[in-house]
Parts: sequence; structure tokens; C-alpha cells
Amino acid sequence: MIEVFEVRKAFNQGRHNEYWALNGISLSIEAKKVTALCGPSGSGKTTLLTIIGCLARPTSGRVRLKGRDISGLPERFLTGIRRTTFGFVFQQFNLIKGLSALDNVMLPAYPLGGDWRALRARAESLLDSLGLGHRREARVEWLSGGEQQRVAIARALVNDPEVLIADEPTANLDTALSKEFLAILERLAGQGRTVLLTSHDPLVVESAVVDRVINMRDGQIV
Amino acid sequence: MNTWIEKQKALIDFTLASLARRKIRNLGLLLVYALIVFLLASVMLFTHALRKEAGQVLANSPEIILQRLVAGRHDLIPPGYLEKIGRIRGVQKKQGRLWGYYYDAVLKANYTFMVPQPGALLVPDPGKIAIGAALARMRGLVPGNTISFRSYSGKLFTFEVASVLPHQSELVSADLVLLGEEDFRAFFELPPGHYTDIALSVANPQEVRNIATKLAAQLPDSRPILREEVLRTYESIFNWREGIVLVLLSGAILAFAIFAWEKASGLSAEEKREIGILKAIGWETGDVIKMKFWEGALVSLAAFLLGYIAAYLHVFRFSSLLFEPVLKGWAVLYPRFELTPEVDGFQVATLFLFTVFPYAVATVVPIWRAAITDPDAVMRV
Amino acid sequence: MTARLSHRAIVLFALMLALFALTFADAAHLRASRAGALAGEAGLAARLGLTDLCLFTEARYTRHLSQADLHSAFQDHPLAFEHFPSGSLTAPRLPVTEHEYLDRKTKSPD
Repeated sequence: MIEVFEVRKAFNQGRHNEYWALNGISLSIEAKKVTALCGPSGSGKTTLLTIIGCLARPTSGRVRLKGRDISGLPERFLTGIRRTTFGFVFQQFNLIKGLSALDNVMLPAYPLGGDWRALRARAESLLDSLGLGHRREARVEWLSGGEQQRVAIARALVNDPEVLIADEPTANLDTALSKEFLAILERLAGQGRTVLLTSHDPLVVESAVVDRVINMRDGQIV
Repeated sequence: MNTWIEKQKALIDFTLASLARRKIRNLGLLLVYALIVFLLASVMLFTHALRKEAGQVLANSPEIILQRLVAGRHDLIPPGYLEKIGRIRGVQKKQGRLWGYYYDAVLKANYTFMVPQPGALLVPDPGKIAIGAALARMRGLVPGNTISFRSYSGKLFTFEVASVLPHQSELVSADLVLLGEEDFRAFFELPPGHYTDIALSVANPQEVRNIATKLAAQLPDSRPILREEVLRTYESIFNWREGIVLVLLSGAILAFAIFAWEKASGLSAEEKREIGILKAIGWETGDVIKMKFWEGALVSLAAFLLGYIAAYLHVFRFSSLLFEPVLKGWAVLYPRFELTPEVDGFQVATLFLFTVFPYAVATVVPIWRAAITDPDAVMRV
Repeated sequence: MTARLSHRAIVLFALMLALFALTFADAAHLRASRAGALAGEAGLAARLGLTDLCLFTEARYTRHLSQADLHSAFQDHPLAFEHFPSGSLTAPRLPVTEHEYLDRKTKSPD
């Protein structure tokens, strides 16, 4: 489904602090499978995630999504693809403080201008399915870490993307909550969703839910 | 189209929810903003209506008033002066006027004593006076009462109030004391033949300037005041350059500057982070800007509407209550008047533009820089 | 389920706009109902030959703004004999600041 070919990514290119986060990555990610990028911090896995998820463009190399080259598209088109294809769960969850859980879940759909009632119903059922139905009017900063992550997952799924991208999903969770996350992951995989995540947490990497583990170090696949 | 409306509504939902997070602060801001609009709109409505009313009320004041000046000050017209004018072509009527000021130590107020022109239908009989409504109110007088004034020479004069001038005309007559010529001359010890000034009526308005020039040439110590000058004086009353209006205007402009400054430089790290999140979850730069535009537009439009409606009620339904102490100054007598609502649409549009536009721009512009950041920025923290 | 924020805002703004429009209707109504009073006022002013509004009764040069001495506008000097708040609300008589002096068009001094 996603093919990455000879991707390199530089930060601060041309300056004295130039830094190559990715040094020629080639891989392909299958649809409806859970793929984990594994490696120590600084290995470039998050950068790879941003490139695959159309948040950033590679410095060189190609990214193909369902056979279509997307690495050279302007920002507007990338945003369009990102909205429909990818849902993101960030390491810090990145919820908007002060708004209710429900509002946060509905946010990604706002610029699409779809029917509001349908959107609200969808967001509510997502929260319900993640066991957060009773907290949907609560401000997100009043929620626990695990609840916040579930809100973030619901937000990632609200536009019904084909691919769910999660960056270090268990980094801020204890073992019990991590196991809960894996359970959610299993359900999503069962529903046929493509999941791509980064982690260096053995609990995740060694889990049976993960179909494929890609090990990375210093911007390369090892 | 439907999608577009749904999208704008969704953006408004978000921007309102964001504003509601700091309810007290944002409501306070809106209130202060509305207050500024209220003050500006009140001054604008009041002065415009007053100017219009002055123009209408004074439209039939004498064409020319001839004053005599001595050492740069208004002085009495001596006997024989009126005759010296002689016949000037175009002058229909020339008449010596008698009026003057009187300070009432009881009320600590100034009155204007005046002798109505013969045939004005308001000439009181000897020993009787007609008084302005504000004066009657302050001294508690009704027709039939008597009132004593101590003249400047120390003598006490007692008059009977024959009538009170209509309340509706207080704006021009609040402090008037109308009395007969003999009473006036006796009260102020003004010998016969002396007048305060001279009123001339001119039939042809085209002739007024020529006649005034002739008068000035003929009587070098005189100063003609034309009706058009009177009207112009009131057309330009409360000009933007004048005292309180200037203070208000500069205050309002400074307040707006602070607003804009706060907006422009006040983009906190928190707000920047939020914009980053919105971009990361699929908002375009344009969506973020539109959302912020709605914030600016809604806040400033609400402030404008609230401020303007309150100002309208204040000026035309509550007789400009707040301006009374300012206009009154140290005066005791102040007319109670209801201005006829003359609203200039162009002025309202100008006010709208000057209050809504800068705020909306100040909300949107600083967002621009933050909104064009890369969407992957949030992941790099 | 509470009403949607944007819908509440639309209702609120519709209300405020209606009130805004109502002020113009009210102005027209008041203009009509006060026309008689205004005519009476103008009639009185015409009969008495009044030249000024009775807004500021505290000082000579503001009570009869258009009849004030040419120099009274400059009497607000700190050492002036007359100093009243209303003097700061009104401008000097126009001829003093902008328009021509009719009485200065003569060759002889006044």
C-alpha cells in the first residue's frame, strides 16, 4: 500500500548544524497489517512516520501511496491526502486543552464541512466504543493519561482513515494501560485497518498484534 | 454551498469554544471593546443630531447682527448709532436689540435677560416676565408667582411670572427671562437710546455679504455677524479637533492600538502549539486563518452592535445622560432636551469600518506566520 | 444535548442585527413624533431672534457662542479672568480660526 524508496531527510540543510535523520530508507508497508518501526530514539523512526503520513516531505527519494507518487505534491494536496488517508495519534496526544473530549474528537472533520449531526454521532459512537462515552463532555485536561490517549485515538479515527499512525503510543502509559492500548489495537486490526506505529517498548514490539517489526538505527533499516 | 456553510459553522463552533475557555477574560474584553464603541457612537450621534437641530432651529435667526466693539470687546450701541447706518439698499428692517446677562446669587446661575422684538407676541406687560422652563424648574416658579432680582445697582426688582416658555424649546430658551423694554432699561439702568446690538433683516440672501461689507466700511467699530456664520458655528460645534472629542478620540485610538498590540504580539506558545496541532490533524493554513477571521469578525461585530445600540438608546432615549455633567460644566442651569434622532448612515458606516476592521485584521495577521509552519512541527517537540 | 455554539451565535447576532435595524425605525418614529416640538422651538427662536443654543450657561462666550467677542476665545490663558469647562468643549468662533474676517475687509482698523 505504501512504498518508500531511497528516502533521505535532512534538517537544517546547508547550515552548520545540518543533520540527516534518514539515510536512504526503502520499504513497503502492507495494507490491513500492523507494522511497527522499532529503534532507539534518534534512529529516525518518527521522521519516517511524518514522511509517510504526509506531514513532511522527503529531501530526496520517493513515497508512493497506492501506486501514486506523493513526495512531490504541494502542501495543499498533501493536506487533502492526509485528511482522508491518515489518522494520527501523537506521543504527547496533542489534544486541545480546554475543549471537551467530544470537541477534540470532532476537530479533524471541521474543515471538511460535512453534516454536523452525523459527525457528532460518529464521534460519540467512537468514544462509546473506546469506553469514554461517559466522559465526552469533560475537558481533556481533566482526563487521565489513558483516557487522553483514547480520545486521541478516537480523534484519529473520526475521518475514517485507512491508515492509523501512532508515534510511541505507550511511552506515557504504565503496563496496565499499555495492555489496554494493545487491546484497542487488536480490535482495530481486526476491523481491517492499516496501522503503522513507532515504539521501542518491548511490550508492543513483541506483542502478537504486531504483524511486522522494522528495526531502525541511525536513519537506516537494520 | 451547503458544505461551505457547514464548514464555516464548524469553524465558528471551534472559535467560540476556544473563546469560551477563558470566558471572563474574553467577555471582559468584549465589554471594554463595546464600551469604546459606545462612547464613540454616543459622541457621534449626539453631536450630529445637535448640529442638525441647531441648523433647523436657528435657520430663521436674524440675517445680520451688528455688534459694536470697544477695545476688542462687545460694547453697547450708543444713541444715534442706529440712525448712522442710514438707508442701505436691501435692508428690510433694522432694530436695536436689548439683551444681557444676569447672575442670580440665589441659584448661582446665569440668566439671559431679553426684550422680545416688538410684535413678537411674547412681550410681557410692565412688571411681568416670561421665563425659560429650566429656570422655572430650578426656582420652582409657576405662572402667577413673583420673583425678585437684585439688580447690579443694588436695587431689588420684583416681577410676576406671566408665563413659562414651552418645555420643548428648552434647548434655546432654558435660561431666558423675557421682559418689557422699560423694565429692562430700569433693571440694568440702561439709558434710552442704548442697545445691546442691532438686528438687520435682509430680504435677498445674495445681498447679505455685500451689506455686511458696507456696514463694516460705514461703521469701522462695528462687527457684523451673519446668519451663515451663526449656522457655521453650530455646524462645526464638537468638531473632532475640539477638547473632549479629541480626548475621547485619541483615547479610543490608543485603546484600539493596545488591543491590536495585544493581539499581534500576544500569540502565546500555547496558541502556536494549538495551531500546530490543528495543522497536524488535517487543517489547512487557510482553515486556520478562516477560523481566526471568524473570531475577529464575531468579536468586533458583537462589540460594534452592542456599543451602537447602547449609544442610540443613551442619546435618543435617555437624553444623553452621561454627557450632561460634561456639557454642564460649572453651570447650574442645564436644558432638558430630547434631540430629534438624525442618524447619518455614512457616519455609522465609518464607525463600523474604524472599529470592526482593525480588530479583525489584528486578529488574523499574526496568525499568518504561525499558520504557515510545517505540520510536522508538533511531532518534533 | 445543548444547542450548537454556532447556532446560538447566529440567533444572538440575528437578534442584535434586528435591534440595530430597530434603532433606525425608532429614529424615524421619534423624528415624526418630535417634529411638532422642533417646529415650535424653531418658531420661538425665529420670533425672539435667538442666535444660539442654550447648552452652556456658565460663561458669556459659550452661552452665546456665535456672538462672543473676537478675543474671548483666547481668554482661556492660565491667567485669564474667565475660565470655564465649557470653553474646552467648543472651538473659537470660526472666523477666528478659518474663514475671512468680514470686519477686517475694510481698510480702516476697528
